[in-house]
Amino acid sequence: MPAALEGSQAIARAVALCRPQVVAAYPITPQTHIVENISKLVADGRFDCELVSVESEFSAASVVLGAAAAGARAYTASSSQGILLMTEVLYDISGMRIPLVLTCANRAVSAPLNIWNDQQDAMAVRDSGWIMLFCADNQEAVDTTVQAFRIAERTELPVMVCVDGFTLTHTLEPIDLPSQEDVDAFLPPFEFERRLDPARPISQGTLVSPEWFPEVRHANYQALLAAEAEIEAAARDWAGLVGRETGALVEADGPGEARTGVLCMGSIHGTLEAARAAAPDLEPVRLIRLRCFRPLPLAAIEAACAGLDRLIVLERAIAPGLGGVLTTELRAFFADRADAPRIYGFAVGLGGRDVPLETLGRALASSAADNPRHFAVLDLEPEKLPEEDR
Amino acid sequence: MDHQCPDPDRLRLRQPRFQGLTSGHRACAGCGAAITARLVLEATGPDVLVANATGCLEVFSTPWPESAWRVPWIHSLFENAGSVAAGMEAALKAQGRDTKVIAFGGDGGTFDIGFRALSGMLERYHNVLYVCYDNEAYMNTGVQRSSSTPHAARTTTSPPGKARMGKRHLKKDILSIVAAHHIPYAATASVAYPPDLRKKVRRALAIEGPTFLHVHSPCPLGWGHDGALSIEIARLAVETGMFPLIELERGGVTGVMPIRNPRPVAEYLRRQARFRHLFQDDAKAREELEHLQAIADHNIEFYGLTGHGPDALDTEGADTAHRGGMRWA
Repeated sequence: MPAALEGSQAIARAVALCRPQVVAAYPITPQTHIVENISKLVADGRFDCELVSVESEFSAASVVLGAAAAGARAYTASSSQGILLMTEVLYDISGMRIPLVLTCANRAVSAPLNIWNDQQDAMAVRDSGWIMLFCADNQEAVDTTVQAFRIAERTELPVMVCVDGFTLTHTLEPIDLPSQEDVDAFLPPFEFERRLDPARPISQGTLVSPEWFPEVRHANYQALLAAEAEIEAAARDWAGLVGRETGALVEADGPGEARTGVLCMGSIHGTLEAARAAAPDLEPVRLIRLRCFRPLPLAAIEAACAGLDRLIVLERAIAPGLGGVLTTELRAFFADRADAPRIYGFAVGLGGRDVPLETLGRALASSAADNPRHFAVLDLEPEKLPEEDR
Repeated sequence: MDHQCPDPDRLRLRQPRFQGLTSGHRACAGCGAAITARLVLEATGPDVLVANATGCLEVFSTPWPESAWRVPWIHSLFENAGSVAAGMEAALKAQGRDTKVIAFGGDGGTFDIGFRALSGMLERYHNVLYVCYDNEAYMNTGVQRSSSTPHAARTTTSPPGKARMGKRHLKKDILSIVAAHHIPYAATASVAYPPDLRKKVRRALAIEGPTFLHVHSPCPLGWGHDGALSIEIARLAVETGMFPLIELERGGVTGVMPIRNPRPVAEYLRRQARFRHLFQDDAKAREELEHLQAIADHNIEFYGLTGHGPDALDTEGADTAHRGGMRWA
C-alpha cells in the first residue's frame, strides 16, 4: 500500500531494502536527508550496515570503493560540489570496474553558489564511466535504486541514480515501497569474484603502461555499451516482479501524428506531461524522456524519434563555450541520418528556477526553422542583465 | 636427542619470513620504501589486505601485468589510502572477517595530499595500521619538496641558490598530529633497525583500532647517496637525533630508543647531496647547519633520548653493538 514519504526518506528505505553492508556519505544539500534517514534507520536497528560518516565526499567515494573491492555491497549519495570533489574517485571506481551505487541529488554547481536543482553536477561527470540513470519521480527513484544494485553487480560497473534535488528529494509523494521479499528475490547477495581476499591474493589498480592502456579503456567502453541490455533486463524483471513499470532506456509517448518531439531527463518530464494535457490547443507533441544517459542509448533514441521533423531538447545544464551537452550529442548522432529531425536545444530551470507549465509552449514557439543550430537559455529574463550581456 | 618442543620464539627466528613483497620489482637499489614494505609484511604475515597510495611503492611494484605483491593489494589514488583502507575495514567488519588492513603511503600521500583521509580514518577509529614510508620528498615525480622534507634540504622545488638555502620551512611533525587523534598507538621506525620495526608492526597489529607507523626510508636518488649506504644513512638519522625512534600511546610517549652517544648532525648530512650546499664556506650555510643541529638537539632533549648516559651493558640503544650501531665508534 502506498505511503506518503519524502523522496529522500523513500530512497533511504529503498537503499536499506537492498541490504548494502557499507554506506558512506557526507552531508550536502539537497542530498542530506538521504544520509540522515539512513542514519536513523541504522540507529533504530532497522538497517544493519557499517555506516561510515566520512570527512569529505572524496572519502565517501573512496570508502565505498574500498568496501566494494573487499566484497561488500556499498552505497553512497552526494550532490553538486560533492560530486565534483569526488570526481577523481568516480573515474577510478569505473576504471577498476568496481560495482556500487550512488544517488546524485542533482543540484547546480558554484559559482555563483546555488543550492537548488539543475543537472550540471551529473553533466560534469558524464565521461567518468558510470552508468547514469535519471528518475522522473520518487516512485521511480525507489525502483531504480533497487535495479541499480543489480545492474552494477551484473555489469561490474558503478551506477549513479540521478534524482532532481528538492523537486524530488524534498517532496512528499505516495510511494509504494517494495517488500523485503521482492527485493531479496530480485537482488541476490553480492558475490564479487575479484574481491580482496588473502586466500586468493590479487593486485587491483596497478600501473598500466601505453602497451596496455588503450585495451583497458576499450574494454571499459565496451562494457558500458553492453550495459544497456542489463538496464533493460532489470526494468523488465522488476516490472514482472512488482507489477510496476519504470523507464528502461528511453520512454516516448504522444499522438501518432506528432512531428515535434520534446526530450528531457528527470522530473520536468512530469511538468511537460501536465502542460500537454492542460493545453489541448497545442500542436501534437511527443514527449521523450531519456532515463538512461550513460550509456547513451542511441538505437532507442533513434526509435523514439522516428518520424519527427523537429526535436526540442530541454537541458538542466549548460556547457559554456558549446551550448548543451545532450543537444550536441544528439546533433552529432543524427548528423549522418537522412531523416534526422532538426534539433533545438534549450537550458531551462538552471539553479532551481521554476519550470512552469508554460515552458512547453515557450519551447515550441522558440523552435523555428530559421534558427536550427540554436541553443539558448529558454527562461532567461534579459531585462535583469546589463545591455552588453543580453 | 632432545625431543622437547622447541621454544616457539626460537623456532620463529629460524623459519624463513613471509615475503609479502617479493623480489623482482623495479625499485632502485637501496630503496627505503621497498625495504619498509618488505619488513612490514614480514611481520604481518599473509592475512592482510593492503591499500597503497599512488607513489613510488605502487609504481615500482605493479607494472601490469606483473605484481610483486603476494597479499591482496589495491591502489586507488594519491590522496585516499586512508579512506580506501577504512572502506575495506568496514567491509571486513560487516562480513565478520578478522583480516587486518594495512595502508601504505609515502610522505606526500600522508603528510600532504592524503592528510584529510588519514585524519578521518584515525578519528573514526578504523582498525587499520597506516604505514608512512617517509623519504622526505615527492620522489616518484622527481624529488619535489613535501611538508616532510627537512629544513634546508635541496629538492627540485626547493633548490639552493644565491637567495635560498634549500627548503625554507620545517619538517611537519606528523607523529604529534597523528597522536593528537588519541589513537592507541603511533610510532616511528627506521629501515636501519629491522627487528625494532617488525616489533612495532606486531605491536600495532595486536591493537584493535587505528595505529600509525612512520618509517624513515632513504631514497638514494632523491637524497643523493649510494644505494649501498641507505641503511648507514638511515642509522645516522637516528643516531644524530634527526629522526628519533619513539612510541606513543594515546598521545603520550611510552618508549624511546636511546642514543647513548649522539653523533653530530653534520655526519648524517655530509653523506647526502641534498645537503651539500650546507658545507660551503658561507655564513648562511653555517647558520643552517647550526639550525639543523639545534633541531636534533631539541629532539634529543624533548624525548630524553640520551637516557642516563653511556651504559656498557646497554642492549636497547640505537648505537650499541646489539643494534649494529658501533661501526663508526
